[in-house]
Amino acid sequence: MRVWSVASGVAWRTVKNVVTTPSLLLPTLMFPLFFFTAFAGGLSQVQNVPGFDFPDGYTAFQFVFVLLQSAAFGGVFTGFGVARDFEGGFARRLLLASPNRTGIVLGYALAAMIRWGITATLLTTVALVFGMRVGGGPVDVLGLYTLALLVNVCGFMWAAGIAMRLRTIQAGPLMQMPVFLLLFISPVYVPLTLLTGWMHAAARLNPVSYLLEAGRSLISGGPTHVALAFGLALLLGVVFTTWALRGLRAAEAAG
Amino acid sequence: MSVLATQVGALAQRSVTRTVRQPASAIPPLVFPVALLLVNSGGLKASTLLPGFPTDSFLAFALAVPFIQGALFSTMNAGTDLARDIQTGFFSRLSLTPMRGSALLAGQLAGIVVLGVLQAVFYIAVGLLLGVRFASGPGGIALLLVYAALVSLGFGALGSFLALRTGSGESIQGLFPVLFVFLFISSMNTPRNLIAVDWFRTLATLNPVSYLIECVRGLIITGWDTEALALGFGIGAILAVVSLAAASWALGQRMERT
Repeated sequence: MRVWSVASGVAWRTVKNVVTTPSLLLPTLMFPLFFFTAFAGGLSQVQNVPGFDFPDGYTAFQFVFVLLQSAAFGGVFTGFGVARDFEGGFARRLLLASPNRTGIVLGYALAAMIRWGITATLLTTVALVFGMRVGGGPVDVLGLYTLALLVNVCGFMWAAGIAMRLRTIQAGPLMQMPVFLLLFISPVYVPLTLLTGWMHAAARLNPVSYLLEAGRSLISGGPTHVALAFGLALLLGVVFTTWALRGLRAAEAAG
Repeated sequence: MSVLATQVGALAQRSVTRTVRQPASAIPPLVFPVALLLVNSGGLKASTLLPGFPTDSFLAFALAVPFIQGALFSTMNAGTDLARDIQTGFFSRLSLTPMRGSALLAGQLAGIVVLGVLQAVFYIAVGLLLGVRFASGPGGIALLLVYAALVSLGFGALGSFLALRTGSGESIQGLFPVLFVFLFISSMNTPRNLIAVDWFRTLATLNPVSYLIECVRGLIITGWDTEALALGFGIGAILAVVSLAAASWALGQRMERT
């Protein structure tokens, strides 16, 4: 119970901060919409490339990427908040006051999920308004959003681990850049089979590629590699949660 | 050397030095556009198979984008630096000296233009190293550097205007997503005639950034495309003149208040 009281308090404060501060809320909401508009609108001709065989059209194809991207960055942006709280001294007071410090990490993670939930709702609404076709049934769609939620947890735990070790907002690029690169060195614009050269080799080694391909198969109603994708997401979730909790211990040790 | 030239030179040197000394300001305009170029050219290579695509190298097609993306960073750098000068009181102290207001603006912009040209040299070197052949030859590369100076001047003056009006670095940073919209809703990834979605094609056609990109792209993949050059240089010149006039006006207003 002590974990929950700490977690709910931290989550409430973090969500309230984000929702009431336009400079924090707007980038979270606007960037995924920019990407979705630019990719689904500007690149739709890519679906006419020979070998492009995604059945539900380019809008749905890109929606899955932007959904997973928004999930990852929703987590990373919440990690920025952790770093800011450490820089400003708030997190130090929080460490002193909390009867269970694991609840602090859990609280921030809950806030990251809620924050992403707001973005995902807006993004989904815009995509449906713009005529996105969804071939998958309710279970497939639930699977897609669950996969994205796991990505959100991974993104947050990665960023929180950095934030609690370095305890400065200047660590922002270190939290952001690897996630950005992992996301973009994957089949963002065309299916994996249409990538060539170094990009194909790198994308095949990148776990994000399998999350993306599974997500796209779910939205089109023909699930493939779903077990592999969930397995990878859960594994990464465990690794990054361990990374974040060890970061918490490092922050405790630093005082 | 005239007094004005000395003042401009000193402030330009200060502008360049402080950017170079701050890795957070100097590195992203170089690294981020090139990283985006590499991932996009890898991921979108298949686009070159589309009928009517103007080249078989997406890297050559996309190499134009870093030039304009780098110029957008100039807006942020120029604006943020000038806003910091206002916030820290440097601007107020400077206004108490015999330094002319126009020297402040000219010095700041000269520094931004120097950095803009250095960025362009970097992007050209990356392109050449990765095997891009400039269809317009060495003359085209030289013209590209002139163009980079013009566009950096225009965007730098725009950033200075915004800084002088708002006096806040945070406000300038907040404009970053707005500038990115202009970049993304343009012909950066697809030629306008191949954009299938009508509303997007219309917006890309109305967006001046499309023509700024197409001017560079013409020099790289087409050669001496007179129309693209005229549109690119024309829009760059208009941007520079309007932004400089606006920045000079805002400077006058700010000096009065100071």
